[in-house]
Amino acid sequence: MKVLVPVKRVLDYNVKPRVKADGTGVDLANVKMSMNPFDEIAVEEAIRLKDKGVTEIVVVSIGEQKAQETLRTALAMGADRAILIVSEEKVEPLGVAKLLAKIVEEEKPDLVILGKQAIDDDNNQTGQMLAGLLGVGQATFASKVELASDSVTVTREVDGGSETEKLSLPAIITTDLRLNEPRYASLPNIMKAKSKPLAQKTPADYGVDVSPRLTTLKVVEPAKRTAGVKVADVDELVAKLKAMGVAK
Amino acid sequence: MKTLVWVEHDGKVVKDATLAVVTAASKLGDVHLLVAGSGVDAVAAEAAKIAGVGKVHVADDAAYAHALAENVAPLVVSLMGDHDAFLVPATSNGKNIAPRVAALLDVMQISDILSVESEDTFTRPIYAGNAIATVQTKDAKKVISVRGTAFEKAATSGGSGTIEAVASTGEKGLSTYVGSEIAKSERPELTSAKIIVSGGRALQNSENFHSIIEPLADKLGAGVGASRAAVDAGYVPNDYQVGQTGKIVAPEVYIAIGISGAIQHLAGMKDSKTIIAINKDEDAPIFQVADIGLVGDLFKIVPELTEKL
Ligand SMILES: Cc1cc2nc3c(=O)[nH]c(=O)nc-3n(C[C@H](O)[C@H](O)[C@H](O)COP(=O)(O)OP(=O)(O)OC[C@H]3O[C@@H](n4cnc5c(N)ncnc54)[C@H](O)[C@@H]3O)c2cc1C
Ligand SMILES: Nc1ncnc2c1ncn2[C@@H]1O[C@H](COP(=O)(O)O)[C@@H](O)[C@H]1O
Repeated sequence: MKVLVPVKRVLDYNVKPRVKADGTGVDLANVKMSMNPFDEIAVEEAIRLKDKGVTEIVVVSIGEQKAQETLRTALAMGADRAILIVSEEKVEPLGVAKLLAKIVEEEKPDLVILGKQAIDDDNNQTGQMLAGLLGVGQATFASKVELASDSVTVTREVDGGSETEKLSLPAIITTDLRLNEPRYASLPNIMKAKSKPLAQKTPADYGVDVSPRLTTLKVVEPAKRTAGVKVADVDELVAKLKAMGVAK
Repeated sequence: MKTLVWVEHDGKVVKDATLAVVTAASKLGDVHLLVAGSGVDAVAAEAAKIAGVGKVHVADDAAYAHALAENVAPLVVSLMGDHDAFLVPATSNGKNIAPRVAALLDVMQISDILSVESEDTFTRPIYAGNAIATVQTKDAKKVISVRGTAFEKAATSGGSGTIEAVASTGEKGLSTYVGSEIAKSERPELTSAKIIVSGGRALQNSENFHSIIEPLADKLGAGVGASRAAVDAGYVPNDYQVGQTGKIVAPEVYIAIGISGAIQHLAGMKDSKTIIAINKDEDAPIFQVADIGLVGDLFKIVPELTEKL
């Protein structure tokens, strides 16, 4: 069985995003970039499925040349082969989903595992869009994946608890935080990853129009909260709560 | 403009999240609703009473019983010839369905909107709410998910929508609902609670969480939330998680206990009206957003607070 895992290069989750003074976006110059955390979980899950009949893991990223680093990280974790679709312009989830649909036609994976959301634009769309374009089943926000030969059973994190669905293959899964804990790549594996195949493509190679549908007019900082007061003890806190009408 | 709002329900009643979406949709144009489910007459009747609602499209079919996106998305598409915008609440079901609809319509979804600036322009949070983007869409049809805390809830009475049955688009056979485990709780739901008491990693274990956080919540009639660390460590179930990737809440009062205030956590609660933090580390980032802070050991402070209230 083959698994396809799309991975995105994003601002590292430990870095505090800074809005550019000219209001055009968030400053990404000279800041640490990493694989989207949900995508690390997706790569990890694919690797764990290698004991369950998965024979090949292909990772793909759409983005600037530097996304090669992200793909190498995935290869070092244990993916077998990578595809980079180079676009210096930002590609929206709809465009990403269309490119992924073409790759699926070509590669015919049994499963595509994506992150539930990229933590830069927080869109939470791509997996569902890809499933729609392909006309296959989707299980979003996965916290448990059980793979059989012709189906996959997925437990999903939903409002209020969890829900289980069974999908016939091929199917699309998006990962939630508690699906697994991604491994760190070992040094020997990082070395080995350097010689794993990484193919370079462009959106034009797939005949996909990725021109954006949305225009960002401006990006601003949210209204700032200012630190309030510190109270000395519980009595003072109780007095405050009473003054607010929260307690009687 | 004619809008179509997907009504979230549990088979019996309309979920609160829908009401904020109706308000957002009313800023765009006429509001029509879609009630899809199995045996949903009561839900449709309730939906028709929401203030400002026009038509209520009702699709009653077993295929829609569990809101599977594979079945619901084609239904929505079948109605979009007559509508210009499709709106859902940014809940787990809404987020599951809407992008599939967008792809079938070949449009880009606008996720988690905070405001409607004009017919084609909206604001939305990016980078865990550390930036707010104003985006304009070129697509003729709009697919939008709405952040519930950003819009007033429409009134649940006073409306006189007309109920109209629509044809089912049928079972697509791509996925099957196996079952669910939904936690039953007497407490207010996080997304609609007026007061929330939230606990973090500092609680150390599930017993402490129950014996320290819950009595305070009970005293205040509050909902109970948690940080990711507390959820990951198994103190509480996943649906307690507040944050960028958990629930977005904006209660009157949010009490963060033993939570450090990571940006991913703040993303989910920093629009609360009043934030109260209890933490033994006076430099914890949570104090930078807290209106009222109390530095000290939660194991001493919280029982005393519960006692004195
Ligand atoms: C992709 C991604 C998404 C994420 N999404 C979320 C999310 O949605 N929600 C979320 O919450 N997190 C999220 N996180 C995790 C987040 O980065 C933090 O790790 C998490 O919020 C920390 O939880 P915490 O504050 O409970 O724990 P800690 O950071 O460990 O803080 C514990 C706090 O308790 C205090 N403390 C300890 N003992 C006591 C005591 N006896 N009395 C009083 N105070 C005490 C400490 O001083 C400390 O400040 C996400 C992370 C990633 C990578
Ligand atoms: N440019 C991209 N390249 C590769 N994968 C992507 C890209 N954008 C999004 N994805 C995948 O889609 C998931 C959801 O992203 P989004 O819909 O943008 O929130 C991510 O976790 C990735 O798995």
